[in-house]
Amino acid sequence: MNKLFIRQILIALLVMPFSAMAVGIDIQLDRAPDRSHDQAALQHGARVFTKYCLTCHSASFMRYNRLRDIGFTEQQIKDELMYATEKIGEPMKVVMRRADAQRWFGVVPPDHSVTVRARTSALGPGEDWIYTYLRSFYRDPMRPSGWNNLVFQNVAMHHVLWEFQGEQVLEGDPSGKTHKLKLVTPGKLSPAEYDNLVADLVAYLKYMSEPSAGPRKEVGIYVLIALFVLLAFAIVLKPGFIKLEKRP
Amino acid sequence: MSIANTKLGGLVAWIDERTPLTATWKSATRLAGYYAPKNVTFWYLFGTLAIVVLVSQLITGIFLTMHYKPNTSLNESGIPLAFASVEYIMRDVPWGWLIRYLHSTGASVLLILVYLHMFRSILFSVYQKPRELTWLLGMAIFIGLAAQTFVGYLMPWGQLSFWAAQVIINAFSQLPFLGQDFTIWLRGDYVVSDATLNRFFSFHVIAFPAALLWLLIHHVPHTVKDIRYFLAFLIVCVAVIFFRPEAGGYFLEYNNFTQANPLQTPQHIAPLWYFTSYYSILRSITYPLFSIDAKLWGVLGMFASMLIFALLPWLDKSSGKTIRQKGPIFKLALALFVVAFAALSYLGTVPTDPQRLLLAQICTFIYFAFFLLMPIYSRMDKPRSNEGRGAR
Ligand code: HEC
Repeated sequence: MNKLFIRQILIALLVMPFSAMAVGIDIQLDRAPDRSHDQAALQHGARVFTKYCLTCHSASFMRYNRLRDIGFTEQQIKDELMYATEKIGEPMKVVMRRADAQRWFGVVPPDHSVTVRARTSALGPGEDWIYTYLRSFYRDPMRPSGWNNLVFQNVAMHHVLWEFQGEQVLEGDPSGKTHKLKLVTPGKLSPAEYDNLVADLVAYLKYMSEPSAGPRKEVGIYVLIALFVLLAFAIVLKPGFIKLEKRP
Repeated sequence: MSIANTKLGGLVAWIDERTPLTATWKSATRLAGYYAPKNVTFWYLFGTLAIVVLVSQLITGIFLTMHYKPNTSLNESGIPLAFASVEYIMRDVPWGWLIRYLHSTGASVLLILVYLHMFRSILFSVYQKPRELTWLLGMAIFIGLAAQTFVGYLMPWGQLSFWAAQVIINAFSQLPFLGQDFTIWLRGDYVVSDATLNRFFSFHVIAFPAALLWLLIHHVPHTVKDIRYFLAFLIVCVAVIFFRPEAGGYFLEYNNFTQANPLQTPQHIAPLWYFTSYYSILRSITYPLFSIDAKLWGVLGMFASMLIFALLPWLDKSSGKTIRQKGPIFKLALALFVVAFAALSYLGTVPTDPQRLLLAQICTFIYFAFFLLMPIYSRMDKPRSNEGRGAR
C-alpha cells in the first residue's frame, strides 16, 4: 500500500472531528482584567459585593473571617462588611427567606460562592462571563423588572448597579449580529469608571470561588523546584536500583 | 553515595522478601512464565506508575471520606450537603484543596496510565500464550476502574455528576430481562436520588477498592523501579494539580461546580473524558437491526466496546512479538484504531449533529473492525524476519 496515501487518510481522519467543531455562538465576551494580585481591588470588590449583592445572593461557602486573606482586619470586617448580625466565623448568608425570593423573582437567586468556576464554558472563563453580564443590562419594558440582559436573556435579576452605570437600550436584534448597547441616561460613573468597579467586583467573585488558588500556586512553585532538584540528583548520581526488576 | 545506595537497595530487598505482596507477585510470575525485554523499560513503566497513583487514590480517599457527606438534602442556603461538603473540604479543611485535587487529578491520570498500559500490551502482544490469564485479570481491573470512577464521579453531586449517572444508568435499563430490575436496585429508587448517592458511596469506598486490590495482587507480575521516570511523572502531575487542576474542564468539569438539579436538564450531558469514546459509540448506533431497537444496539455496542479488549489473546494471530516485528497491515490497523479511539473520545465531549454523527459511525466501524478482522489481517501480514533489532 502506498505510504503517502495512508498518511493522507490518517491526517484527514485527525482533522475531520475538529473541522466539524465550529458551532454558531454569537455572544462575544469581554475580557475581565486580572486583578487577583491587587489587594485594593479585591477589597473594593468585597465591599461592593457585601453591600449590593448579598441582599439576594448568599455566598454560603465563604466565611467572613476568611476576608483577612485579602488584607482586612477583623475589626474592619465587623464594622464595614457585616450588615447582617452574624458572627465573624459564619458564612455569608442572606436574610431573605428562600420561599420569599421564589415568590418575588420566580427563582431563588443562586449562591455565588463558586459562580465564577461554574460559569466557565465554551464562550470563555467564568470571570469574563460575569464581567460582560454586569455591563450588559438594558431597559426592556416587556420584562416585569423593566430590565433585560444581552448575555442572559430574560434574566430575573434587575440591574442592581444601574445608578452607577446609567441606563442602556438595545439597538438592533438581540438574536442577530447587529445588536449594540447604547447608553441613554448616564449614571454616577463614567463608562470607564463603571468598568473599573465591575472589574473589582469580578476579581473578588473570582477570589471567592477558590480562596486557596493563591496558596495553591505558591506551594506549587516550591514543590516543582524541589522535584526538579531531586530529578537532577537522580540523573547525575544514577542510584543503583534503577532497572527492570527481573523475577526468576 | 554508593554506601547509601547499597543500604537503600538492601532495604528494598529486605522489604521485598518479607511482604506477601511480592511473594504473590513472584508466584504469579512463575505461573505466567513472565519475562520482559530489557530495552522497553519505558513502555513497561505505566503499569507501575498506575499502582503508585492507585495507592495515592486510596490514601487521599481516606482523608476525603473523613469530611465528605453522602447526603442530598439541602442546607439552609439551599445547597445539597454532599456538594457543600466538597466545597468545605476545598476551603475549611487544612490542605483539603490539595487532597481533593490530588484525588480528582489522580482519577484522570490513572485512566491515562491504564490506556497507555493497554496500548503497550497491544504493541508487544503481551497477552499471547501463555499469558492470557494475566490479560483477563488486567481487563477485569480495567472494568473495575471504570466502575470505580463512574460511581466516584457522582460524589460531588454537581449537575454533570447527576445527569451523567442518570444517562448511563438508563442505558442499563435497556438491557433485556433483568435490565429494569437491575437499574432500580442500582439506584435504590426510580430516579437518581439520595439512596443512589449512598449506594455509590459505599461501592466507591469499600466494595470496588477491595475488589480492585484483590485483582491487582493477582495481576501484577513485576514492577519497574526507576526513580528518574517516577520523578518526571510526578513533575507533570504536580504541574496539573497546582496550576491547572481543572485541566481545561477535562479533569474537573465546569458545569459540575453547579449543584445537581433534577429539574433542570443541562443542554449538553457527557461523561468524563475517559468514557466519551464508549459514549460516542452508544450515540452513534442509530439503526434498528434484526427487529432489535437501535437504542438496545447502542447499549450493547457501548458495553461490547469496553469488553472486546478481553478477546485480544485469541484474535491476534500474528507471530511477531513486538510491533517492530509485525507487518505493515497490523501497524496500519493499530494506527487507525488509535485515531478512531481519539476521535470518538473527542466526539463524545461535544453535542452531535449529522456531520459528527456520520464521523462517529465511521469511527465506530473502524473500532470494531480493528478487533473483529484481526484474526484475518494479522494472519495475512508478513512478519519481519528477526533482524536482531527487536526485543525478544
Ligand atoms: C434583588 C435581588 C438581587 C440582587 C440585589 C442581586 N441579584 Fe443577581 N440575581 C438575582 C436573581 C433573582 C437571579 C437569577 C436570575 C435568573 O435565573 O433568571 C440572579 C442572577 C445572577 C447571576 C447569574 C447567575 C447564574 O450563573 O445563573 C449573576 C452572575 C448575578 N446575579 C450577579 C449579581 C451581582 C454581582 C450582584 C451584586 C452587584 C447581584 N447579582 C445582585 C437577584 C439579585
